[in-house]
Amino acid sequence: MRKHGDALLTAAVWLATALVVGAFLWLLGDVVIHGIGKLDAAFLLDAPQNAGRDGGIAPILVSTLLILVVALAVAVPLGLATAVYLSEYAAAQLAKPLRVCLNMLAGVPSIVFGLFGNALFCVALGMGFSIWSGGLTLACMMLPLFIVTTESGLSAVSSEWRRGAAALGLSRAAALWHILLPAAAPAITAGLMLSIGRALAETAALIFTSGYVDRMPESLSDSGRALSVHIYDLSMNVSGGDAAAYGSALVLIVLILAINSVAVNLTERFLQARTTA
Amino acid sequence: MIWSRHNISSPSRADVLLARLSGSLAFAVAVLLALVLLMLFKESWAVLASGGWARFFAGEGWFPSSGQYNLWPMLWATLVATLGALLLALPLGLASALFGRFYAPRWLVLPLRRVMMLLAGIPSVVYGLWGLTVLVPLIAQWEPPGASLLAAILILALMVLPTVALTSEAALAAVSSASLQGAAALGLSRKGIVLGVALPEARAGIFSGALLAAMRALGETMAVLMVAGNVVQTPGSLFDPVRVLTANIALEMSYAAGEHRAALFASGLLLMLMVAALAWLAGKRGGRLYA
Repeated sequence: MRKHGDALLTAAVWLATALVVGAFLWLLGDVVIHGIGKLDAAFLLDAPQNAGRDGGIAPILVSTLLILVVALAVAVPLGLATAVYLSEYAAAQLAKPLRVCLNMLAGVPSIVFGLFGNALFCVALGMGFSIWSGGLTLACMMLPLFIVTTESGLSAVSSEWRRGAAALGLSRAAALWHILLPAAAPAITAGLMLSIGRALAETAALIFTSGYVDRMPESLSDSGRALSVHIYDLSMNVSGGDAAAYGSALVLIVLILAINSVAVNLTERFLQARTTA
Repeated sequence: MIWSRHNISSPSRADVLLARLSGSLAFAVAVLLALVLLMLFKESWAVLASGGWARFFAGEGWFPSSGQYNLWPMLWATLVATLGALLLALPLGLASALFGRFYAPRWLVLPLRRVMMLLAGIPSVVYGLWGLTVLVPLIAQWEPPGASLLAAILILALMVLPTVALTSEAALAAVSSASLQGAAALGLSRKGIVLGVALPEARAGIFSGALLAAMRALGETMAVLMVAGNVVQTPGSLFDPVRVLTANIALEMSYAAGEHRAALFASGLLLMLMVAALAWLAGKRGGRLYA
């Protein structure tokens, strides 16, 4: 009887895993099969025509990149400074509530950030639908994740190193610059890559901030359509846009996977360096 | 460890400067994030002040043009879709985590974890695209119209599966090898070890993983918007098209003005409160919120 139950559980676990992996292979397979036909140099270098059914995605890639650059330019310095403050300077009674807030904000739905970005950047600050608004909204969305990963990287640096630096008479600023930040660099980069991946995947927060316009942006105050918004628009609002949508989806997935695998590699190398040090 | 970082290094002018600079930037971040809540309140005040919350939970339904803002149908759709997705994703994700820890041949463990990480990174709009072009037609063959609560549940389950699997695996990995070896030494079968020792010890971690998955499912917009059909109605069956709160915001924000816009901001506030409650619950159980 006991033998029986054991075999049953084993079978169930194998079956469930096969089901999960199968579903994902189905999804990825479909994206590759439907997308690969669209994918060539012209698709990446041409402007979209006929509402995106034909032509390429060049202006959309440029807009996506610009939105990302704005987001990073704001989020990285702010996030790095906050993480340093939390891990090296802040008193515990101040750091704790800040951490709780960050954890909560990391879970706030992206559409809510979209509402916030629309109200603050587009309307209250008068930026309208623009790459600025989209990038700043994404920066707010990225901050919690980036701060938390960076801070955990900094706190993972052995306290021996801090004491060693202190014994050598280094100021804390010098210790931070010469020892702690370099030691935590892989973890910080990994957090950065994760945040970029999430920003690239974001759609809901961008629809009402950076907008729908699929022309080549001329400045950062122009509206620009991100790649994920392009996929959404093609599949929902453009009949016959599925092929181009799958092509764009393949480009997006390849981009995100490349970034994610860099992040995973860096994290693993960092952890290995920690455990062998 | 009890030691204070604050007095082990010699203070210098650079230090004072850096402390002030990073402190004020951290303060700026805190202010920025407080602004999120503030803006939501400010923008929804128009409708909150006139008639208060009551209007969101009473009335004929969601008819913005005639000032009816009953959120119940969409709230129900959101809750049912989230719950359904969790009911599917929890056993499947847990099983694949168990597979990775206890059943998989050695060479399969790492590829499986890589697959899960890869899937966690796929954008929701791609899940939506696939659901719209593959899953919805399949369901439509069985029971039209296809775009339905069922499609939303299936896509959401697929989306939160990696979250459940990765957090459960991390929780199972933290089970002490001493108790596993002890159980094996007592002659327990693998089933006995898994069900009697590993799962109970990893319970807290699995629970906070489930909460994290619930947060994701509640807040998901694009994938659900693309497959659920978006008809505002209380779901009567799995094949009914429904509209969830997040999708409603995305659909109506482009033309909403005045009180209607305020009502959308208020529903955003409601979403945020629900997610905050889940985050608080997860934090209380000592779980980490990152996979």
